[in-house]
Amino acid sequence: MVKMQESNTAIQAMDVSFFYGPNQALFNISLDVAPKRVTALIGPSGCGKSTFLRCLNRMNDIIPKTRLTGKVLINGQDIYDAKENIVDLRKQVGMVFQKSNPFPKSIFDNVAYGPRIHKLHDRKRLAEIVEKSLRRAALWDEVKDRLGENAMGLSGGQQQRLCIARALAVDPQILLMDEPASALDPKSTTHIEDLIGELRQDYTIVIVTHNMQQAARVSDTTAFFYEGRLIELGRTKRIFTKPKEKQTEDYITGRFG
Amino acid sequence: MSGNLSQKLSYQLLRLITYGIVLCIGYILFDVIRHGLPVINWDFLTSFPRRSGSEGGILPAIVGTFYLTVGTIMVALPLGIGCAIYLAEYAEQNRFSELVRLAIITLAGVPSIVYGLFGLGLFVIFCRFGTSILAGSLTLACMVLPIIIVTSEEALRAVPRGFREASLALGATKWQTIRTNVLPYSISGMITGSILAIGRAAGETAPILLTVAAFFLPKLPGSVFDQVMALPYHLYILATQHPETEKVLPLQYGTALVLLMLVLGMNIGAIVIRIYFRKKYKW
Repeated sequence: MVKMQESNTAIQAMDVSFFYGPNQALFNISLDVAPKRVTALIGPSGCGKSTFLRCLNRMNDIIPKTRLTGKVLINGQDIYDAKENIVDLRKQVGMVFQKSNPFPKSIFDNVAYGPRIHKLHDRKRLAEIVEKSLRRAALWDEVKDRLGENAMGLSGGQQQRLCIARALAVDPQILLMDEPASALDPKSTTHIEDLIGELRQDYTIVIVTHNMQQAARVSDTTAFFYEGRLIELGRTKRIFTKPKEKQTEDYITGRFG
Repeated sequence: MSGNLSQKLSYQLLRLITYGIVLCIGYILFDVIRHGLPVINWDFLTSFPRRSGSEGGILPAIVGTFYLTVGTIMVALPLGIGCAIYLAEYAEQNRFSELVRLAIITLAGVPSIVYGLFGLGLFVIFCRFGTSILAGSLTLACMVLPIIIVTSEEALRAVPRGFREASLALGATKWQTIRTNVLPYSISGMITGSILAIGRAAGETAPILLTVAAFFLPKLPGSVFDQVMALPYHLYILATQHPETEKVLPLQYGTALVLLMLVLGMNIGAIVIRIYFRKKYKW
């Protein structure tokens, strides 16, 4: 993939429609994501925000009978182009899931999984990457003495930060987060939100969230989805104070959703 | 009848049924052990039968059953697990794959004598393997394949989707994901299910009757193209085909006990494997 020098779009969705079999889930979404910013996708359940997120690293490919039309450009390259290498794409676009899903392996092996998959087996390098990634995910101090223990023994919040560390270990430019804190307690949620605040300096982050306060706290830009359509896109502050669309206003003031 | 009474009645009835079953199995085991144990000694296990099985030991039958079991595992396990991986991970879920599954389940219910005839036709005659360990192992493998496929596919499907998604999202290919993040977690289920199935096959008579088993062959096999004796067939011979079935009754019990212990040993092996992997990959 060609590296673009400080362009002003990291991700460019152009007229994206998405189908689950005969059901259309997304309707002509066009949306630009700025680099090293946090973009929040909000909207009621079933509005297509998660589906859209999963279009950005082609995670929907694994669901049979799905189809996408339109284009998604990442660093200027169409990721749905037939020549595009899906492995390289997913290395560049990391993902954190709603339900934390560490592998039932040791903490170390979890973080080292990505680098190993990409043929890095040098022990010293791996140890460096694991430490760096865990530090970035603000988990290092809690686990540095028990890297060999099974990751399933960590608390929910720690597991989710481990998943973030695991995603960072393959050195992505973009991080997709699908409701990363929805299953966590308030304290762990704060942890994750603080972390997002730090990660935005180096990564382009797209986060799906149900929690409007969270979107307001962590994001620079907010996109409001409703029934598979992108209703409104703008600076978070503006969306939450002066929404232009009636539906956006209704949603953020809690009239529905 | 009040709800409380019917609740009590059904509880007692179910308990009675369970105890009844345990009692039956217990009695069979007790009977076999009581009559079989006195017969079993070092000589019985390590010497050749004499006078068409009326005297002597059962070494060739033990060795024969061992070879057949190993042969069955070597053929059926890779094929069955491979097929299960394809069905669970790669195959598109459509009418065709449903049809394949239906066919597999149907095959699991085919009587074992039919497998014996099939093996005779295909392996013994058409492939010219003759009545041999090879033909017998292949026949037994065909018989256990459906069960191995079904249990392995279930084991694969029991692995949470999150593991696969997380791995794919890190840029792993599908095969890398299966190899490093699906198979290790499902292998215990696959192996235990398979060993249980193969344990049953080790005790089968009908499939080997026509494809491998020798009536009386007091020597050890030299190659996979040799015939062998086998424990279940030997037992069948002693019990029904022998001129002095009454006189060799103790030998029958001894053979039955050895066969039981062999199958029990395999089942214990399966449990050990399961415990080992459960500990290693806990989720």
